[in-house]
Amino acid sequence: MSNKILQKKALIPGQTSLLVIDAPQIAKKAKPGNFVILRIHDKGERVPLTIADTDPEAGTITIVYLVVGKSSALLETLKEGEIILDVCGPLGKPTHIEKCGTVICVGGGTGIAAMHHIAKGHHKAGNHVVAIVGARSKDLLLFCDELGGFCPELLIATDDGSSGHKGFVTDVLRDRLEKDKDVTEVVAIGPVPMMEAVAKVTKPFGVRTVVSLNSIMVDGVGMCGACRCNVGGETRFACVDGPEFDGHKVDFNELRMRLAQYKNQENESMDLFRREHGN
Amino acid sequence: MAIKKKFNPIRTPMPEQPADVRNKNFKEVALGYSREQAIEEANRCIQCKVPLCQKGCPVEIDIKSFVGHLAAGDVPSAYRVLKETNALPAVCGRVCPQETQCEGSCILGKKHEPVAIGRLERFVADTFDSDSACEMITGHTACSLPNDQVKVACIGSGPSSLTVAGYLAARGVPVTIYEALHEIGGVLVYGIPEFRLPKAVVAREVGALWAKGVTFMPNWVGGKTITIQDLIDDGFDAVFIGVGAGLPWFLNIPGENLVGVYSSNEYLTRINLGRAYDFPNYDTPAPRPRNVAVIGGGNVAMDAARTALRLGAENVYITYRRTQDEMPARLEELHHAIEEGVQLELLTSPIAINGDENSHVKSMTLQVMELGEPDASGRRRPVAVKGKTKELEVDMVILAVGTGANPVLLEATPGLNLSKSGYIDANPETGETSIPNVFAGGDIVGGSATVISAMGAGRKAAKTIAERLKVEL
Ligand SMILES: Cc1cc2nc3c(=O)[nH]c(=O)nc-3n(C[C@H](O)[C@H](O)[C@H](O)COP(=O)(O)OP(=O)(O)OC[C@H]3O[C@@H](n4cnc5c(N)ncnc54)[C@H](O)[C@@H]3O)c2cc1C
Ligand SMILES: Cc1cc2nc3c(=O)[nH]c(=O)nc-3n(C[C@H](O)[C@H](O)[C@H](O)COP(=O)(O)OP(=O)(O)OC[C@H]3O[C@@H](n4cnc5c(N)ncnc54)[C@H](O)[C@@H]3O)c2cc1C
Ligand code: SF4
Ligand code: SF4
Ligand code: FES
Repeated sequence: MSNKILQKKALIPGQTSLLVIDAPQIAKKAKPGNFVILRIHDKGERVPLTIADTDPEAGTITIVYLVVGKSSALLETLKEGEIILDVCGPLGKPTHIEKCGTVICVGGGTGIAAMHHIAKGHHKAGNHVVAIVGARSKDLLLFCDELGGFCPELLIATDDGSSGHKGFVTDVLRDRLEKDKDVTEVVAIGPVPMMEAVAKVTKPFGVRTVVSLNSIMVDGVGMCGACRCNVGGETRFACVDGPEFDGHKVDFNELRMRLAQYKNQENESMDLFRREHGN
Repeated sequence: MAIKKKFNPIRTPMPEQPADVRNKNFKEVALGYSREQAIEEANRCIQCKVPLCQKGCPVEIDIKSFVGHLAAGDVPSAYRVLKETNALPAVCGRVCPQETQCEGSCILGKKHEPVAIGRLERFVADTFDSDSACEMITGHTACSLPNDQVKVACIGSGPSSLTVAGYLAARGVPVTIYEALHEIGGVLVYGIPEFRLPKAVVAREVGALWAKGVTFMPNWVGGKTITIQDLIDDGFDAVFIGVGAGLPWFLNIPGENLVGVYSSNEYLTRINLGRAYDFPNYDTPAPRPRNVAVIGGGNVAMDAARTALRLGAENVYITYRRTQDEMPARLEELHHAIEEGVQLELLTSPIAINGDENSHVKSMTLQVMELGEPDASGRRRPVAVKGKTKELEVDMVILAVGTGANPVLLEATPGLNLSKSGYIDANPETGETSIPNVFAGGDIVGGSATVISAMGAGRKAAKTIAERLKVEL
């Protein structure tokens, strides 16, 4: 596995990019829902990122990331042809996919990329896939062309109304669920508040709802417990038992507070990075 | 050799950094003997006709002979004896619980202090340049005689796998080690801290294996990136599983998911593998607590506590439900911890961790215990003193209460029989599992134990593999 970046595409310049990486062994094994852990330099931390697509024949995996802190900013400095120091995977349990009827896949922000891989899996399994995507405005929407390519329905929500419904994905979702009582499953991937809101909307409909938890991870193979979360009163490790769990059982409050535990250090790290990179 | 006239009943003391200096740095605590000190200590050995010490060592190092060579000042010969049975002497000399193994069996210990075998082993290994180890052992560069008819894979790169690799590489067998993390060495690099076992020592031993032709594949997760069936299909003649016991246990008490509560695995992995002690120079962050409670009484608890002290905590408590005498840690580690300022909260057992309005740890409630009747293991069982609890004000809690079998590889390996407690069922004589030519050893078979017992298991499996592959010397 050379870990070479074969292709880099700025989806939202300076904010979100897509990388196609040469990693044949991971491409061969990865299924929708899996993630990888990267390290970008020899003093780097281990960063989990969802596998947004694979091409087993070409031996490549695709990742899409949002620049939020030092590690993602460092990743953004890499160019086509450069090598990512460590790429480890595929990790996590793959999405449970079977032929089951109509599945609504909801994606928000960068989460749309990860959702796309799962939607594709459901499509391949013969399900009727409804994709609902949301972002603040039209320019921040990702993967709409790809999703439009295989989803019979693609519904859009933007905060400012620049594309599709003006408002949240949850409005569109509620609407869609009210119209159609035969939806078997809802999958939601995106920011924690979005996943929590989706779970709240689907609850009264009694529709099975899968969310993908992005808790803080260290090893990603079940050896440290950093990623633990509370699902239905039980402690589960997101990296090996998940990352997907029943959205109606997840303690989102706990997740939120655990995600924020290194805020001060993350800011310190980012400030240092900015000073070193002169901006 | 008769007991010398000037026989010294006390072992040569180990030079150490002073406690109040070392509890602020990550440099190795024990500095190692000088040549003079090593030879002086080696001369305390009376070269018994029937050396009891050797029986006490799980890999049966010919201690009498290596100590004898050292007493005569012949380090290379001493090293040759060590390397015959032990692939990682510089590591074992530092971390074996010698008081219950080799030194615990030394005859001098009956009346006086036993020979400091571990310290001597460390001296010999550190002194001898390990680069030429392979020539030393085989009389020729084993690396130049690869046997391309066979190949063996190891999963996990802890001491058990490193031993398998060393043994087989010396017989010309190409070995590939697949490791889930990005560094090689297992617990030796991500668990045991720098001040006890410097990374450079592990790297040197790993480097010697590399020089012998062992291939290392970091970032390959057995059961995820590659399965055992894949390895067999790829033509590996034997597979050794040495994935350790890496699943951290929690206590299932209220408050365990509060911010500031860590498993010892997470805490030590952040610090050791992620080098979080050098944040923000390294990117992995670590908590910066003032008052820390570590739950447990083993080596892991000692390491976590001493690490927290070095990172600037004002108070570090070790809470343990029995007394100091029952603590399973190496004696030396316990002494070092107390000298450095770790406070013991004995006969207490945590019943709740309490948080503040930001869901951050602010205290821990402890149940006060007393020792009751002896249990099956002969140790007096701790029992709760009814209604008696106490509060410990802490902003961080580290759980060092043991580990179990990590299921990642096991779940992906159909046909692999497990024991009732979830470890791999392996033949104790050969290390072979329920899948032919698939072997296992170390913590994934017996549960967490010691470096040297993992190496002993690796050695047994390697021997069987060598015999099967017809490469035994
Ligand atoms: C299974 C999983 C899949 C993910 N997939 C994607 C993806 O496809 N695209 C994407 O943009 N992001 C994804 N993330 C989130 C991504 O890992 C974090 O954004 C990244 O680690 C931030 O690092 P940083 O140094 O840039 O930012 P920092 O400044 O270090 O952190 C910013 C925020 O990111 C989160 N974070 C920090 N460190 C970690 C860590 N080690 N593990 C998890 N979260 C962390 C925290 O909430 C933190 O507040 C995923 C996370 C998980 C657990
Ligand atoms: C903090 C601490 C202090 C200790 N102190 C001492 C001491 O002083 N003296 C002593 O004798 N013992 C000590 N021990 C115990 C000793 O380290 C272990 O018993 C020993 O390391 C076990 O060796 P092993 O080969 O079984 O596996 P490990 O050393 O546990 O190594 C297993 C390796 O396998 C890797 N792995 C796991 N799953 C997979 C997978 N699916 N695919 C690929 N790789 C995988 C892991 O990442 C790891 O690198 C200590 C342990 C700890 C945690
Ligand atoms: S390997 Fe361990 S038990 Fe054996 S002689 Fe060395 S220190 Fe003692
Ligand atoms: S038992 Fe002690 S004195 Fe006797 S040979 Fe072994 S180390 Fe030397
Ligand atoms: S990240 Fe360590 S157990 Fe999940």
